[in-house]
Amino acid sequence: MELLRKPVTIVWAALMLATCATTWLLSKNSVTPEVATVAIMLVAAVKVRLVIRYFMEVRRAPLALQFVCDGWLLAVTALIVTVYLV
Amino acid sequence: MSSALMSSETDTPFVSADHPKRRLPGVEGVWVFVLADMTVFGVLFGSFMLSRHHNPGLFEASRHALNPNFGGVNTLILVTSSWFAALALDAVRKSRFATAQHFIGGAFLCGVAFMVSKAIEYTEKLNAGISLLTNDFFMYYFTLTGIHLFHVVAGNVVLLVLWLMARSRSFDPERPVVLECGAIYWHMVDLLWIILFPLLYLVR
Repeated sequence: MELLRKPVTIVWAALMLATCATTWLLSKNSVTPEVATVAIMLVAAVKVRLVIRYFMEVRRAPLALQFVCDGWLLAVTALIVTVYLV
Repeated sequence: MSSALMSSETDTPFVSADHPKRRLPGVEGVWVFVLADMTVFGVLFGSFMLSRHHNPGLFEASRHALNPNFGGVNTLILVTSSWFAALALDAVRKSRFATAQHFIGGAFLCGVAFMVSKAIEYTEKLNAGISLLTNDFFMYYFTLTGIHLFHVVAGNVVLLVLWLMARSRSFDPERPVVLECGAIYWHMVDLLWIILFPLLYLVR
């Protein structure tokens, strides 16, 4: 089926799997809070980058926009993780 | 110099001269709005983490009053809604207006599902005696999710307009700018929730 082969469909499936993994597996007490929290926020950052690049089509946009979007994501992720760890 | 660079399409500032195939989705204005909104949320995320840093015990104890199943399911709903919006854009570019209309309808219904889920969650909290004034954590919880919910409501109004436009075939398949702008906004609502959810429900 054509729909299943679209890049946005593959990205959607990856986002659904990653959401289930972080919500119902990584949040459990099998790892230390620090490892779980940092891993959960990094997975969220990867998910956001997939949304920006594939759903918002920034991967085909002028490079300046890609840099701005990546800069925002890097700043927000670094801010959250740094404040959490210090 | 390639002939593509000489085409009228590349006369617009939206096409990078180095990569003729690169073009800005939507219009510049929507990106300014979306990036400004994302910056405001970025500051709020940082502010939440700083408050948490000053009172980790209170934030951790309060977090346990939240039900991560709501947050997780809401993420699945918004991600699916975003996917529908992306598929609608793809359909319009292939002049498949009826298909696009179905996908926009799907995105809209997901938005409604998110609002219903949030209403149930808020009611549950308020019935348990938890409100904006309970403590700092819940002040952030209600403020951040409330501002985000406002974005979802606005997004649903946009999706409704886009659905009507698809029905009357008002998009140009070559360059469906209005649909692109609406989809960009809707994806922003999705990505903000992707960060907001773990920040409030999962950080421990």
